[in-house]
Amino acid sequence: MNLSFSHVTVDYPATDGTLLRALDDFSLDVAEGEPVAIIGPSGCGKSTLLRLTAGLMSPTSGQVMADGAELREPRKATAYILQDFGLLPWKNVYANAELGLRIHKVAEPERGERTRAALEAVGLSGFEHSFPNQLSGGMQQRLALARAMALDVDLLLMDEPLSALDALLREELQNTLLNLWQQRGHSQILVTHSIEEAVFLGRRIVVMAPRPGRVVAQISNPEMGSVEYRNDPLFFDRCRQVRAALAEGGER
Amino acid sequence: MARIGSRSSNSRSPRTSGALWHVLCIAVSVAFVVAGWWLSALALNTPALPTPDVALGLFVQFAPTMGPDFAISFGRIAVSLLIGTVLGVPAGLWLGQSSRAGQLLTPALYILYPLPKIVLLPILLVLLGLGSEPKIALISLTVFFQVVVVMRDAAKNIPEQTILSVRSLGGSRWDEWRHVILPATLPDLFTTLRVSSAIAIAVLFFAEAIAGSTGIGYFIMNSWAMVNYPRMFAGIIALALLGVIVYEAFDLAERRLTRWKR
Repeated sequence: MNLSFSHVTVDYPATDGTLLRALDDFSLDVAEGEPVAIIGPSGCGKSTLLRLTAGLMSPTSGQVMADGAELREPRKATAYILQDFGLLPWKNVYANAELGLRIHKVAEPERGERTRAALEAVGLSGFEHSFPNQLSGGMQQRLALARAMALDVDLLLMDEPLSALDALLREELQNTLLNLWQQRGHSQILVTHSIEEAVFLGRRIVVMAPRPGRVVAQISNPEMGSVEYRNDPLFFDRCRQVRAALAEGGER
Repeated sequence: MARIGSRSSNSRSPRTSGALWHVLCIAVSVAFVVAGWWLSALALNTPALPTPDVALGLFVQFAPTMGPDFAISFGRIAVSLLIGTVLGVPAGLWLGQSSRAGQLLTPALYILYPLPKIVLLPILLVLLGLGSEPKIALISLTVFFQVVVVMRDAAKNIPEQTILSVRSLGGSRWDEWRHVILPATLPDLFTTLRVSSAIAIAVLFFAEAIAGSTGIGYFIMNSWAMVNYPRMFAGIIALALLGVIVYEAFDLAERRLTRWKR
């Protein structure tokens, strides 16, 4: 699916009655099957951007279009992985993975088949009866991914999905994310604080600056798409480029 | 966390040793209560407080005659807890979830909640007579307000992210209730019901003692008026038993239904 933001502005009412501009004149086009990474410091409107894209809120002005139609409510084919994974502690692994399919009223046996396949794909087979609080952070993240994958989505939104994990686990899950994207070919928006993550997983890297949230640079990164890219000199060049853009955005 | 001892006590057969440990804990607790009772009875040396062995004999002796009153009291408690819960849960969750309803009705709640509902008993007696109705109405009211206040806070404390995760999947309002709001607040419901059950039994005793001629509360005060202390004491044990049954039932249901908490 393709996604288009044109001149999107979002204002929030602040506690003192004034308006706080979270996103200022934001424009971006995400092509069919394109993985975009968004990076920027806190307060740059990244989470607002995802909420807009998930159909959970509307812009103050401007337009968000999904496949040519204005986005007003959550789409069935969008999955949104929240920062704290969005798992339900009272449901076991299987029921959490199954949740999206149940909400979309997918009947058995298809529901069970897709749930098991998704758990298999993220390596959680055998943990169906565990509860989220019995899982490690990495496994919780995999479960959130399984829930999204079971849905067969064409747009995956992720809000700093790996920020709670240690460095080794992070790389492992970045590889998993890359694999899943390559197999499925969905459009993807990944919000991250990590420069390496943005360069590893974004074919386009959007650098943002805070107060108000705005785009300072768009860096194209067509060489991404393999695990080996991490060791490529080009990878480090890109990281440097992103870092420079971030620094520039911070100075203004 | 409460059961950490039972888990770590033996690696070879944790289930058997866990069960043993559990039984041991119960035995020690009960022994503690019985010892305290025995010492108090010996120290006071009055027919109003017999020693535990005598009391047990009295309970067995009077059990057949208490049957109907016990059933009546049990029925009143069960129906009242049901009414209070069925009305209180949706009301409390609604107040916690809808900010407009919360703003509008919270002041009313703050006026009515601290009011001891027991002072309404005379009014209820005038309106509803001397049968089960005024007792059930009074206990239901008491339970209702306990449940409303706790459920309102429980609903408010659900992290927004948890609800968003269901909403972003395209979930309806009903999906939010079914998958998030109800299961998230269930542990709080059981906690408040356990606490409420003790208050409910106290209110039941008072209401039965004051008006009417049925129920364990009446049985106890009637025995007291007749200076039949053995009979009175058997009634007290019956009422205590009623409390234990209700409390344990909620405890069991909680352990069964909120397994994810442990």
